[in-house]
Amino acid sequence: MSTEEAGKTAKEKLKIGVYWSASCGGCDISLLEIGPHLLELVEIADIVFWPCAADFKYRDVAAYPDHHIDICFFNGGIRSTEQEEIARLLRQKSRTLVAYGACACDGGIPALANTKTVEGIFAASYHDNPSIDNPEHLAPQPVTRCDFGELELPRLYPYVLTLADVVAVDYRIPGCPPVAERVWEAIQALAGGNLPAGNSAVKVACTDKSVCDDCSLEKRKMRIKAFKRPHEAVPEAGWCLLEQGFICMGPATRSGCGALCTKANLPCRGCYGPCVEVQDQGAAMIGALGSILDAVTEEQAKEMVDRIADPLGTFYRFTMASSELKGSK
Amino acid sequence: MTENVTIHGKDGPVAADWEPRIIAFLCYWCSYTGADNAGTARLKYPPNADIIRVMCSGRIDPELITTAFARGADGVMVCGCHIGDCHYISGNHKTMARMPLIRHILTELGIEAERFVHDWVSAAEGEKFARLVREVTENVRRLGPLDWPRRMRERGVGHGLELHPWGESA
Repeated sequence: MSTEEAGKTAKEKLKIGVYWSASCGGCDISLLEIGPHLLELVEIADIVFWPCAADFKYRDVAAYPDHHIDICFFNGGIRSTEQEEIARLLRQKSRTLVAYGACACDGGIPALANTKTVEGIFAASYHDNPSIDNPEHLAPQPVTRCDFGELELPRLYPYVLTLADVVAVDYRIPGCPPVAERVWEAIQALAGGNLPAGNSAVKVACTDKSVCDDCSLEKRKMRIKAFKRPHEAVPEAGWCLLEQGFICMGPATRSGCGALCTKANLPCRGCYGPCVEVQDQGAAMIGALGSILDAVTEEQAKEMVDRIADPLGTFYRFTMASSELKGSK
Repeated sequence: MTENVTIHGKDGPVAADWEPRIIAFLCYWCSYTGADNAGTARLKYPPNADIIRVMCSGRIDPELITTAFARGADGVMVCGCHIGDCHYISGNHKTMARMPLIRHILTELGIEAERFVHDWVSAAEGEKFARLVREVTENVRRLGPLDWPRRMRERGVGHGLELHPWGESA
């Protein structure tokens, strides 16, 4: 690279931000999974905010001019006042805001709590649980007074929301976590400006097909006789897991992962979210299951599906917050 | 006929002019003709059911049911041909097999079982259709409005809305 070229690159280096809200932190790690491409990434980009990896404070971000960050990868849903505040701040400071991972796109695992109340969650976490020893019934308070003033904690919202519920999102990268190759392709496309017009929360880094289309297991066009849980039987290698009675979310899940789980003989868990033009992944899965149940009467069908442990949590495992009903009443 | 009094639904007082809104998905070959039959026979039944005709009850994706509730329906009906009568041979078998799971999901999300009704109505069963609409309307009227969009707004779903943290009044 000539000095002139190097100077040009340095001048036009992308500024990247990464933030982590209601999620497990796996998305932060998944960015590192791009491996040797990381070196290429640092060549074209500077990290200007990444609390998990580098020492940046919220006040540093607040001091940036608007649209200072070129691409911001935001992972995790919105659960607390702090997360909403930072989501709005990062929207203001970012040119392109990307909802990164299942939680930011569709609520993910934390959004399963949308079927419970905040009071119930506090009770289970701090008071009413066999593994808890809390005789004084202590629980976090939004405001605590002490000698040197008042301490404040972020407060929880009644629901886990997707990032797009709170701010305008340009692109969404689904997956729990997103697969490294797709992420690298997306970063290259973002850097090169080769993506559809933003501000539409369109899902990128995935295909327009379902996981079943990418899955290599043999479909024998057989109906489901009985449902099994993974610990109850050893699946026959090479044969569609759903036909064998293991709940596999393949038919209702968008592809992009390359059917990683079924390659390892594990049923798909549905982390890439609903297929194109579908809003409600769980409903789509019920539709798919209804078509392949080997039941002649409704009673028989009921008997069979009663064997499914936690249908709500299984079918909406990653998408409760973006489903049609979004949670319980 | 609603009188000008406050009705008390399950979740508190309800506006006096509130009427249950029921979305009824009917299959073209049997149930829609059955509803037509109720009309030509001049049977009386409440006007609360908005009928959506589909070619087959097997075509009613469960997403249509969750969408109906999410967009403000107080009740949903799904009617198709009796088992064995399906114009497409096995369409209604698929409807039937989906029902237990749909009921389970709706109940778990807090939508009362009476708000969702599935039954078979043949082309000759206008009487049965009228009875079903009467039953669902009365059950839903007793439960009060579901008003899912309002519930979601209160929980902060949607752009640019003020969010209210738990513990603060909405």
